[in-house]
Amino acid sequence: MSLYVDIKKDFGSFKLDVKFETDNDVIALLGDSGCGKSMTLRAIAGIVTPDEGRIEINGKTVFDSAKKINLKPRDRLTGYLFQDYALFPKMTVFENIITGMERSGKFPEGKRVTAYEYLSGFQLENLKDRYPHELSGGQKQRCALARMLVSKPDIILLDEPFSALDATLRWEMEQIVRDTVEKFEGTSVLVTHNRDEVYRLADKVAVYNDGKIDVCDEKWKIFSNPQTMTTARLTGCKNLSPAYIKDGCVYAKDWQISFPCDGDEDTNWIGIRAHYLELAKEREPNSFPYEVVRKIEDTFSYIYQIRKAGASKAKTIRWEIDKSKNIDLPQRGYARVNPKDILLLR
Amino acid sequence: MSEIIDIMGKFDWTPFWISLKTGVVATIICFFLGIWAARKVLKLGPKSRAAVDSILSLPMVMAPTVAGFFLLLLFSLKRPVGNFLYTQLNIQIVQTWAGCVIAASVIAFPLMYRNARAAFEMLDPDIVYAARTLGMSETKLFWKVVIPSCGPGVASGTVLTFARALGEYGATSMLAGNIAGKTGTISQRIANVIKDGDYLTAGVWVIIMLVIAGFIMAAINFISGRKAQRRW
Repeated sequence: MSLYVDIKKDFGSFKLDVKFETDNDVIALLGDSGCGKSMTLRAIAGIVTPDEGRIEINGKTVFDSAKKINLKPRDRLTGYLFQDYALFPKMTVFENIITGMERSGKFPEGKRVTAYEYLSGFQLENLKDRYPHELSGGQKQRCALARMLVSKPDIILLDEPFSALDATLRWEMEQIVRDTVEKFEGTSVLVTHNRDEVYRLADKVAVYNDGKIDVCDEKWKIFSNPQTMTTARLTGCKNLSPAYIKDGCVYAKDWQISFPCDGDEDTNWIGIRAHYLELAKEREPNSFPYEVVRKIEDTFSYIYQIRKAGASKAKTIRWEIDKSKNIDLPQRGYARVNPKDILLLR
Repeated sequence: MSEIIDIMGKFDWTPFWISLKTGVVATIICFFLGIWAARKVLKLGPKSRAAVDSILSLPMVMAPTVAGFFLLLLFSLKRPVGNFLYTQLNIQIVQTWAGCVIAASVIAFPLMYRNARAAFEMLDPDIVYAARTLGMSETKLFWKVVIPSCGPGVASGTVLTFARALGEYGATSMLAGNIAGKTGTISQRIANVIKDGDYLTAGVWVIIMLVIAGFIMAAINFISGRKAQRRW
């Protein structure tokens, strides 16, 4: 099961130019809003037509500008889960799901049976005669998932599936979506701006930056070595500063500190994850003197904003310490970062 | 009082039936044509959309007599179109009931078209896309998803179209004339009896028209008011 995408489209103020392929089960498109992730999904489904390029789903070409192939959305067999679910407002849950079987001809007996299977699979039996406006967010999403799966798609496209839900429901729906994509024999594409969802659900990640793909790689590689500033930020790196390499050291401009390193000339940024700072007893390599500017109590951790001691114009660095560790940072001291935790970025 | 009883005794209801028939037929024509046009216009690019939209909305903003003038130019027996219809197909528009219908349709059309267009514009495009990715045909999508979703807008457009077609005067009087029992609609009848100084008969017709207007307003409120909330 595979997906190949290589498309270009000019929207005037914004240009989409992406290329990626995957044989994996779940690929996540991670990026800020308006960076082209959803547009890519729409191009795969055939809702928008790229200016040029090629799209293949499971080896079947659905779009190829050179060969003038452009299958209609109804012929592409994509299962699209829309952000606001896009349920048919004047149809009941049952009718919505039946509509998912448009392709399987006119009312064969099996249709009703299948519909009931999916109704029970998504705990919608008691809601089958309700209209979408009578459903909660989670119920709407379950209905949309059932309608999508019942159409027997070749590929599943999930457009920000949890963004419209509150926190508790989000977790619950994530489990349902996880079950769905695990059972599904084919590629699933997940569009999101939430790095935690990506980490929990995806195998592979394509990081978007302003219409282009910054990095596309296995999930664990992206998180351990983000390579670019955008990727580091999107994977949750809180401390980022412009930087340059000189004489075997990386110098962070915003923080006015430097670390020994062997980075190459491409390095324009440095990143340090907020959890990866450590308290050093004394001045040692890879450490710097700090002073605490502010201490903020978070749910399960303390967030310290620190800066280089005495450097009143330096920007602060965020340092997070779990409450369970029972560490209270002294007002002044030395902070150390392991060389492997210093992210050198483009 | 006795005068009213006297008038009602020999009251000629034909204008009512002519108006009603005209209104119903014109509404049916406008319903399909307006929805079709709205659908087509929304598929156009921005520039041609603005141009076509202006032309289709024109009968609403220009004087009905001006529309009547153009219709007369088009359908007059001395002109190519009117002549062709009469000699080849034996259809006469001018001074006939068909003229009533055409005049009313042209004048009322923008109401249907604009309401339908506004309703389509309000529809969440994702709903349409969802139907397409699920494999629904365009025809089925339109009648099963779009029209039901746009119900209130389309329905109020239909009612307004009917109201406008029912009371049309200017273009009708020019194209269809005012032939009693044939093209004499209520509006034309009122104008006629006023000319003769018969204010009592005119008054009866005015009351009938007001009652109809009341029903139409109630219908519109019923259609659009159910979900209306106080926003500010």
